[in-house]
Parts: sequence; structure tokens; C-alpha cells
Amino acid sequence: MKVPLSWLREYVDLPAVTAHEVADKLTAAGLKLENIASHGHEIKNVVVGRVLEIEELAEFKKPIRHCKVDVGEAVPREIVCGAVNFVVGDVVPVALPGAVLPGGFEIGSRKTYGRLSDGMICSEAELGIAESSPGILVLPADTMIGADVVELLGLRDDVLELEITPDCGYALSIRGVAREAATAFGVAFRDPAAIDYPVAGGASHPAAIADPTACDRFVLRAVSGFDPAAPSPLWMRVRLARSGMRPVSLAVDVTNYVMLELGQPLHAFDRATVQGEIVVRRAEPGETLETLDHVVRKLHVEDILITDDSGPISMAGTMGGLATEISAGSTDILIEAAHFSATGIARESRRHNLVSEASKRFERGVDRELPMAASWRAVDLLCTLGGGTAEPGVTHASVEVAPVAITIPAGHPGRVAGVPYSKETVVWRLEQVGCEVVDGAVAQGGGHGVAASGVVSGGDLAGKLAVTGEDPITVYPPSWRTDLTDPNDLAEEVIRLEGYDQLPSVLPAAPAGAGLTETQRLRRRVGRALALSGYVEVLSYPFIGVRDLDGLQLPEGDARRRATRLVNPLSEDEPLMRTTLLPGLLKTLVRNVGRGFADVALFETGLVYRPKPDAPATAPILKVDRRPADDERDWIEAALPDQPVRVAVVLAGEFDRSGWWGPGRAASWADAIEAARAVAREAGVALDVRADRHEPWHPGRCAALYVGDTLVGHAGELHPRVVEAYGLPPRTAAMELELSRLTPAGPAQTPPVSTYPVATQDVALIVPADTPVTAVEAALRAGAGELLESIRLFDVYAGAQVGAGNKSLAYTLRFRAPDRTLTAEETTAAREAAVAVAAERTGAQLRGA
Amino acid sequence: MSDYDPVEVTPLHADELARAEADALAAIKSAADLDALKQVRLAHAGDRSPIALANREIGALPPAARAEAGKRIGGARKAIADALAARQAELEAERDAKVLIEETVDVTLPWDRAPRGARHPLTTLQERVADCFVAMGYEVAEGPELEAEWYNFDALNIAPDHPARSDHDTFFVESVESGKVLRTQTSPVQIRALLARDLPVYVISPGKVFRTDELDATHTPVFHQVEGLAVDKGLTMAHLKGTLDRFAEVMFGEGISTRFRPNYFPFTEPSAEMDLRCFVCRGSSATPGSPPCRTCKSEGWIEWGGCGMVNPRVLVACGVDPSVYSGFAFGMGIERTLMFRHNAEDMRDMIEGDIRFTLPFGLEV
Repeated sequence: MKVPLSWLREYVDLPAVTAHEVADKLTAAGLKLENIASHGHEIKNVVVGRVLEIEELAEFKKPIRHCKVDVGEAVPREIVCGAVNFVVGDVVPVALPGAVLPGGFEIGSRKTYGRLSDGMICSEAELGIAESSPGILVLPADTMIGADVVELLGLRDDVLELEITPDCGYALSIRGVAREAATAFGVAFRDPAAIDYPVAGGASHPAAIADPTACDRFVLRAVSGFDPAAPSPLWMRVRLARSGMRPVSLAVDVTNYVMLELGQPLHAFDRATVQGEIVVRRAEPGETLETLDHVVRKLHVEDILITDDSGPISMAGTMGGLATEISAGSTDILIEAAHFSATGIARESRRHNLVSEASKRFERGVDRELPMAASWRAVDLLCTLGGGTAEPGVTHASVEVAPVAITIPAGHPGRVAGVPYSKETVVWRLEQVGCEVVDGAVAQGGGHGVAASGVVSGGDLAGKLAVTGEDPITVYPPSWRTDLTDPNDLAEEVIRLEGYDQLPSVLPAAPAGAGLTETQRLRRRVGRALALSGYVEVLSYPFIGVRDLDGLQLPEGDARRRATRLVNPLSEDEPLMRTTLLPGLLKTLVRNVGRGFADVALFETGLVYRPKPDAPATAPILKVDRRPADDERDWIEAALPDQPVRVAVVLAGEFDRSGWWGPGRAASWADAIEAARAVAREAGVALDVRADRHEPWHPGRCAALYVGDTLVGHAGELHPRVVEAYGLPPRTAAMELELSRLTPAGPAQTPPVSTYPVATQDVALIVPADTPVTAVEAALRAGAGELLESIRLFDVYAGAQVGAGNKSLAYTLRFRAPDRTLTAEETTAAREAAVAVAAERTGAQLRGA
Repeated sequence: MSDYDPVEVTPLHADELARAEADALAAIKSAADLDALKQVRLAHAGDRSPIALANREIGALPPAARAEAGKRIGGARKAIADALAARQAELEAERDAKVLIEETVDVTLPWDRAPRGARHPLTTLQERVADCFVAMGYEVAEGPELEAEWYNFDALNIAPDHPARSDHDTFFVESVESGKVLRTQTSPVQIRALLARDLPVYVISPGKVFRTDELDATHTPVFHQVEGLAVDKGLTMAHLKGTLDRFAEVMFGEGISTRFRPNYFPFTEPSAEMDLRCFVCRGSSATPGSPPCRTCKSEGWIEWGGCGMVNPRVLVACGVDPSVYSGFAFGMGIERTLMFRHNAEDMRDMIEGDIRFTLPFGLEV
């Protein structure tokens, strides 16, 4: 909302303060300053002059005039001018030498086109009134010669641009802002809607409200004999332009001016084109209307329409029809001022994607009592400025609406604020807002029953919102404050007018909490562990496309291809919600490589979105006047996809860097699996690694990761096709694991720490090359028994010495007893038992045996 | 006399002993290094050394001679031991001085063999926020990112036709009638917390939210918020202010100036915007005629987040009696907080995943 201060000052006696001071007060009241635009402050030395003589200079390619202009001085000024839209005797603005125009443009006395030009005759654009103007601004003939043009035309002004919140429809008007300003400065407010309009009998034009849910006030007034050529006065055009509206024609400008001033949207019909009775109703199936913008719109059965015998002539509160539009020949005008349903207009505006100044106001709430005053104000202006005659009579169709009454204890605002306000303060502040306040309670729909349990049930919303207590007052909000419906709305009015800055700052004592959950702690530990292992965290967008899944070489029917689709994705290439973290990570890896980082290790922790196979199609919109039932909540949960937390890593280049110490080590499948182990370690669970074939991994270098019998993820080197599809460095490795499937183990149990000496035994076993090492190790552990303290694979060898198709695994076994020094016999027996089980389970043979 | 060794033992002669001692001292003196000294020790102080042999002969002497011989030999042994110890110390010092210098390395050599990674500052900033509130007794609540409309809008008193709902530029899922959206705010977690937990409730909920903005320097369609909710008996706006003042202090340091300004949110009533004094111009740019400030657009204040008293309608939708309980709620943008706190200027850096952006933040912000 753009508010010229000069307009505001017409209705509120603001003290002599700067625009910033006004803005600060309004901001503190909730009308936040966005911007201040200053106009005309730099203009000086522009005066009113009368053209005495015009000499056309014909020797130039374009028309040039040499004029003599009386500016109220002893001698007329000689001025050269290129415009031709004025004649001798016209009154025009003249910038004298030394004048400054908007933009710091200085006017001097100079020789031009062979003549002296001792000033400049100005256009609207040159005075900063309009964006562009075709010629010189010609002022009314009776304007005083020599007068200061800036003063005369009120060009010096500051325009406050205020952000109006969606609940404050009333503040989308000079009237509403002036009321707030008056309250903020504690000065008088003159209501521009308090107009003494004539009470006329009879209807101006037959009209009826057919659907009272669509419209509860409908006023029509008629003007006849209007001069369609009459221009809008300069002051009106200046104000409209500075308020952000383009001046069009007098009839249109008047409706806009009154809307800006009072907040009442108006519509003007060319009465000659209206056929028969006007009826406000909803659309019928199949109806269409060609609107002002020359678009033929298919109407929806809920659209609110103004219709006549011919059918729809206007879409209520959004846009008028083309057929009844005011034209250059309209002399008889019907002014419509109505109060339409806020939600009705909101829906209509959204359905047709039509946002207008009118629809913005109706959606946010317009004063139901305004149509009579506003329509009169418009008619009055049309008659005064356009020579029309107000027809006697006014059509006033209306539907009775029960007034809103809210009863609160006088202490309620103070209890919400946490600082006591006297009853006098509460009443005074509410009256400033425009409320009528009376002592005592009135029955409200639903009564005042309060459950002491703190939990309410049933569906009686008003009763549940009621606040009871000592010293009740009943508040009737004014017609322009449709947002005031609940006790807390009134509390806010009192608190904000008393000043949010006056609220004390008190830290409440919350009950002791339990801290982070084990799952939350785990997520943090996992992040730290991966970061310490060399991975950099990224947060990629969770949007993917089919191409990303194809790039992963996922086969048809892969569960990860079942993805949730967005209706309105940002990019048509990425309409799906991710079912795997890998695409985002891989693309980020490529981006980093492209920026010159060959050695990159990244990780991400985030949700994937997995539609449930038999989910209900829709999540129900539940009621809001009670707690939802458990089965209703279950229904919602069933409709939502599973959204487990996953963690994934991708890595390429060197994982251990080369340097002066020697060569480094390339990132490999082993690092990817180790990243999974690092994650599992943080959860305190053992990861069982098994060979697997699973896209997008290399079929020979892919590990399935299990915790017990639960598959939790995969890791390894990526398939060369994936590397190619994503443009990755060769042998890029990756791990993805579902963190939600790792249940953090309970507290670690303290191990016995024996101080008896350790006995170490090495064994080398020959097994077939395709025997998984984990199986051998598990067998050794099982066979070695309780004395085994640790086992470590220190060498893997494949070569002629162990036979083709075999490999040799060399282990160090460390034995220790809790209560004694082990004898050589005991240790050897344990080792032999270990080897025996390995032989039995895996066919391992003791090397050299 | 036959009780005694008839053999005259040479070393027992005083001059023999003196010569042995002199030989030993000379050898010790001339030992060039610790290895040589070790040999000298063996030769002149070892078991087979002349002095040791002489010592062994003392028992063979007649008793009268024993004391005198013992005294002489003891003196020689001590002299040799002293000389050995002295030379040992000398040679060790020499070795230390020489060898350890030879082993000197350039300790300024770099070591980035296994560089550390880093966590994303948006993650760790969310954790820091959570920690601030956990310290006050709050718990961290969570909810799904793909959320039901009822939780994201209706239960929060944002009716389908509410003007505020259209400001949210929502991503719809499956179809516009599916009742499912990508949550546009972390506020639905308020509803989930109130439905799932016992009163009183004090929760903080950081998380990812979505709006259909195109990515640019100051907008991103996927961003992070932190939601706070307290519902208890007797909570007031003063408590809300106190809580957020404390929060601001923890995030931005003591002396941070805050301002409460009336605003509108459907799910709070009364509602306020929490503004922070501009970090760059300290508010000076708001004075007419002062140099303009890009950070606060010369307003002197920057918006941090919205807050207010939980709208009793929200409490009713969760089955909480507003005549018994009241509450406050607030929501701040994590990206904005990162921008203010760490001078991050471009949102794109936060989402692109360039390791140069993230690495300096390490494990915590």
C-alpha cells in the first residue's frame, strides 16, 4: 500500500514530523515500512506563467516556438519551446533560470535556435508528475500568475510504501492507515467515510441479490449527462500515480481514487449497455464472460457474477465485463459498490488467476457499511469533475448479518501479554480501534463451559475459544475489522497499541527435558565420524528425474523407480522426490571435479521418500474444531510416503593423498565399505558385509550391508556405465545406507581387562580364492573359543606357492586368559581348534602343513 | 705360611697396580666413542681385567696384608669407575649434540595425507540452535517433510481460501487434491508435537522446508527453518520475548539488539516479527541523509523470524483447552541466520555443495 503523506494528513492532524517518524510509528503498530519515496523536494523556482506571444520558428526540421511568457515579473521572459499543445493566453508552469527539476536537472538562461531561452515551459513528466507526457502542462486559466508551482500543485510529497498483512484489509486504504496514524500519534482522526450523503427514495436501477452467501450489500447509483471527455484533475492523477495506479479516464480514475481513499472497490458500468435488472448470483454451468482484458472466460459455478438480462456482465470483485465497460462515449454511468464474500472472491481470483486491486481488498475484508458512503463519494466526484447529474434514488439491496460480539475478561489482554493493563486502558485501546465496548457478558454461541482437564472434545469451536473470568466486557468490533473474531484478536489490538516494545522480557522455566534422543545423537555422531574420515557434507535438493534413475542403471521394476511425483516441479526434468541420495551426491561430485577438485569425498544425510504400496490416494483434510481421532491420524500417516533417513557417501580421486611422503592411495570400494562400517560403529552395531549384485554398483565390487538379518544398504565401486552416465571420474565409489534401520545399541558393556600376558599365534590358511574372508574369520573366531582376544588379517597372498585358484590368508591370533598366564599348550590347542573349524567350514588348509 | 697362596701375585705389587690403573685411565681417555668406551670398560673394568683379577687375589694374602691391599685396589677401582662415568657422560653429550642434529627434520613440512572433511554449516547451525534450547529444557521434535495438508495448513488455522495460504507457493504432490504437500514451514511439527506429547510441551524442531521459489542469491526452493513451541499454563508474550532474546544472544553474542513488531500469522495471535539490529550499519542507515545500507535496505533492522502466542484455534485443533493452556511459537530461517552470523552472502553457495564453501566450517559452527 502506497500512501502519499499529503493524502494522509487530510484525515489526521499529524504533528510536524518527518516521513520516517510517521513510518516508524506505523511500523510499530504493525504497518511495516517497505520504502519511502520522496517527490518534489528538489524542485525549486518553478512558477506559474501566462503565454503572451508565440513566434513559430520555421527554419528548423521540427516545430520550435519562441514565446514571451508573463511570470509575474516586470518584464516577460523569452523562452524557446518545442511543444505545440498550447496557445497564447494559456497558463503554464515555467522553470526560471536557476530552477532545479526532478533528477537534479538545472535550468539556465541560454542561447538556443538562435534565440535567448530564459527558462523552460514544463510538461508533467519534467515536473515528475507522470512517467511521460505528450506536451506542456496547461493549467486552469484562473491560476495565479507567479505562484510557486510546487506549492500550488502539491508536488512536494513523501509516499510511504507499507506492507499490509493479509488480515488487515482495512489498512489497504488511506482511511485505515489514517486511523492507525491518529492512534499512534494520539491525535484526531477525521473519517473520510463519514459523509453526509443525501437519503434518497426510490431505486436508481432495479437490482437484487440472488445468493446471500455471495453478497450481502449491493448498492447502485446512477449519474447521467456525464462528459466523457472531461479530464481527471491534475491532483487526482498525481495521487493515483504516486499510489501506484495508472490514470485512465475520469470515470475510472474516480472509482480508483475512492477505493484508495476509503478501501471500497467500485465498478462503473456504461448504463446504456446494461439490459434490465441487475442480479448478483453464482454462475450457471457453461456461462462465459469476455472481460475487460478481452479474454473470454469460462465461468465456474461458484463464481460470483453481476448479471443483467443478457447474462453475466461482470465478475464480482475481480474484473468487469467488456460489453458494459465505460467507453469514450459513455454519458450515463452506474456505480456499483458492494460487499462480496471474502472467500468467494478469493476463490474466484485464484480460479481465474486474476488478482486485482479490488480482489485483494475483498479477500482481506472490506467494511460492509461502506457501499453507501463510497458510492456517494464517487458520484459526487463524477458530478463535480465530469459535469454529470446524480440521479435521485439509490438501489440498496442488503442481507442482514448478525453483529460479532466477543466477551472477554478485562484482564485477558494483560494475561496474554504478561503485563497487567488497567480496564480503562483495555477499553480505551479497543475503542481507538473502533470497537464498541460494554460492561458485562453476552451469551455466545456455545456457552462458556471449560474443561478443567486441559483437553477439550466435541465440536463447539466458539465455546472452546471463549475466555471467562472476572470483570467481563463485551466488545463489538467495527464493521471494517472483520479480522477481529476471537478473544486473542482483541488482546493483540490492546498489546500492539500499548506497544510491543513495552513488553517485558522474561525467560520461562521449562521443565527439565530429556535431551536429545539416541537417534538424534546417532545422526550427529555419524556426521562427525564421516567428516573426520574425510567426507564433506552436502545438502542437495531432493528432486530427481527419470534420467537420474536411468543413469544409475536401475532395472525396470526396481523399487527405487517407484517415486512420488510433484504436481508443480521447478524443473520438468526433476519431477520426482528422491528414493536414493546418490543422484544428488554424484552430481555434486561432478560439479566439484569440474571446478578443479580431483580428490573429492562427499556425504549426505537426508530423507528419501518411498510411497507405500497400498496407501490411500488422499490424506484427509480433518476438522479443526476438535482433536482428531487416532484413526484419522492413522489414515493421514498411511497416505504419506515412508520417509526414512539415509546416509550416503561418494568418493573419487585419491582418498589418501600423494605427497612428499610417497604415493597416496586411490579412493576405492574398500573406502566406501569402510564408511559404512564407520556409520555402524557409531550406532554400536556390527556390520555384516556380503558380496552382492545391485545397481548402481560394479557387479564384482558390490557389498550388501547387513545388521543381523536386516539389509541396511550397499557399498562398493560404481558400475562403469554409471560412471559414464554421470560423467564421473573412473572407479568412483559409493555407499548408501538406511540410517533409520540402525537401532542404536544400548550402552556399551565394560569388557574385562586382563593384566595377564598375551600369547600370540600366527596362522596362514589356504582357501579357494572365492571364499569370503568374513567366513574364514568367523570360523576362526568360533573355533578359537573364549581365550581369543583379537584376530587380525595381516596378509592376503595369491600366487604359485598356494596353487592356482587359491589364496593364502595370514592371521595373527592373540590369546589371553582373565585369570592366569596361558601355557604354550593351551594357546596351541586354541589355535588348532580355530584352524579345525575354519577347515571344516571353509575347507581352509593350514599353509605349509 | 702354607695356609697362603705360595704364588706371588703380580698385580698385587703396588707398581703393577699403579700401571694397570694408569693404562686404564689412558684407555678411557682415548676412547673415541661410546662403542670404544664399551670395549675399554670390558678390558679395564670387566671380570677379566687386571684390577678385577687382583681383587680376587686379596683373599689369598696373609691377613695382615689384606687391608692394605684392599685399600689400594679399591682406590684404583674407584678411580677407573669415576673416569669411565665421566667419559661416558662426555661421549653421550657429544653424541647427542652430533647425532640428534644429524637427524633433524623440517618440521614445517605439510601433512595432508588424509585431509579432514567437514559438516555442512546449515546442519551444524541447526544443531547449535537445538543445543541452545535443549539447554533450556526443550526437546527436539521431528516430522515428515512430505506432509499432509491438514498438518501444514488447516490445523495451523490456514483455511484453504486464506490469503496467507497462497503466499506459501506450495509444492503439491501427486495431485492438488491428494491432501499431500512438501511442507512449506516447520510449523506442522507443532501440531504433531501437541498431538503426540503430554503437556506441557517445550519443543524445538529444525528442518527442511519447501516453497516454489527459483534459486537465486536470496531465495532457494529448499531451505531450513527452526520451529519452537512451548505450551504450558500461564505462558505469556513476555515469556516469548524473553526466550527469543536469550536465543538471539546465544546465536549472535551479547549486546544484540532485538525488536518485536506486530505482524500476522494465522497460527499465532497475537503475532510478532522478531527483528535484529542490522549487523552492518548498526541501524545508522535508517536516519535520513545517512549512507544507505544494502544489508537492511536502510531500514536499520533485519527480519529474523516470526513468532507469537499460539492461536487458541490451533490448540483446539490439537485438543488442548486454551482456557487452561497457552503457548508461544516461533520460526526462524536457518539460511538467514547463517547469512547474518557468518556473512554468507549467496544462498547458492549453501546448496551447490562446493567443498570450498563447506570445509572452513569444520565440525561445528
